[in-house]
Amino acid sequence: MLAKRIIACMDVRDGQVVKGVQFQQLRHAGDPAELARRYNVEGIDEVVVLDITATLESRQALARTINAVAREIFLPLTVGGGIRSEDDAAAAIEAGADKVSLNTAALRQPDLITTLARRYGSQAVIVAIDAKRRDGGFAVFVRSGTTDAARDAVAWAKEAESRGAGEILLTSMDRDGTKAGFDCEMTAAVSDAVDIPVIASGGAGSVDHFADVFTRGHADAALAASIFHYAESSVSELKRYLRTHGVAVRL
Amino acid sequence: MIALVDYGAGNLTSVRKALTALGADFIVPSTPDECRNARGVIVPGVGHFGATARLDAPWRDAIGGVAASGTPLFGICVGMQWLFEGSDEAPDTVGLGAIAGRVARLAGDGEQRLKVPHVGWNSLEFRGRARLLQGLTSGAQVYFTHSYAAPVTAECVAATTHANTFSSVVERGNIFGVQFHPEKSGDAGLTILGNFLEVCA
Repeated sequence: MLAKRIIACMDVRDGQVVKGVQFQQLRHAGDPAELARRYNVEGIDEVVVLDITATLESRQALARTINAVAREIFLPLTVGGGIRSEDDAAAAIEAGADKVSLNTAALRQPDLITTLARRYGSQAVIVAIDAKRRDGGFAVFVRSGTTDAARDAVAWAKEAESRGAGEILLTSMDRDGTKAGFDCEMTAAVSDAVDIPVIASGGAGSVDHFADVFTRGHADAALAASIFHYAESSVSELKRYLRTHGVAVRL
Repeated sequence: MIALVDYGAGNLTSVRKALTALGADFIVPSTPDECRNARGVIVPGVGHFGATARLDAPWRDAIGGVAASGTPLFGICVGMQWLFEGSDEAPDTVGLGAIAGRVARLAGDGEQRLKVPHVGWNSLEFRGRARLLQGLTSGAQVYFTHSYAAPVTAECVAATTHANTFSSVVERGNIFGVQFHPEKSGDAGLTILGNFLEVCA
């Protein structure tokens, strides 16, 4: 039986994982390769590296980070953050990424989805959608959540699929950072509308939130960051909990 | 020395890193002739079966030739599909034909939410003894990402079910193949790659 996947996300700036909990803002969350190694031992299923600065200078640092992580762990590795062109994607894949995650660029130039899917296969192309509830629907935002894209998340996910996306990474802006749980309704709405896997993100705060999003939310995978970085909940504990609650996981 | 064939498959870097981690002595041949002295040949792959069209006559002949002479040949994902006669994904592209049968699209099952592509960790149900699976037990979980799969034939030593049951590991004599990505399947994957290196040693 296909297992539900648990994915750890690392926000990286200048080669360091930076996303922290508020009261530890001044502390870096650690070295990406070192964190990845720990996650691997704990049984993480995949790792996402997100370049949160995405400047020209950070590109080289990012390639070094991808390389270092890919040398340590033999698990699927996704790279996102500021991938705007075929060249950006090629650089990430050559450095050792298996998949690239497109967000703003996918909406601005949807052809990029198709171009990359043709070159690397759909399995290598994730379209990331940041959305929040509005007027009974789910409004998509781009540029790190600052700009209203005037699109509905369900419609955009379907279009991304038809253009060649292999997976959807769906982040609830309402829940992101709140630890109040995933937006299960939004996740289910998107997951039911597409045939490709949907990764739920935003709001993970406890083990039962994961059980919820896999059952009520119809998610194929769930992603979290700080809950894993600070070992508030270890991946192995989470997976044991999920298994006892009837969710198929890799143990 | 192992020959890791580069035909533009997207996972060459990952397979290279895994082989390096295992301490394997390998080259990425720039000409088909360089395969002839190898102790084993690995054909990686991910994505579209049509990409194997780049394994045109000189490469096919060289790889087919070394396999016919008994050199271990290991196909990964699309590389395993290429061992078969062909795939519905790219009907005009001919496979190596080392194993009889044709690769077909997975059906999935909307009601049971079994989506296609089949992406993620699924289990191997062993069907008999296999050198490639030494050190693992039936039920071992490995990472898949594919929409097409090979039928269960006599060469199938492990099968996986995702609505359809398909060959996830094939082995016959010196011919080996896996539908999943051993280079992305953690310790279980490294064990399988290591087993292939043992066969070649």
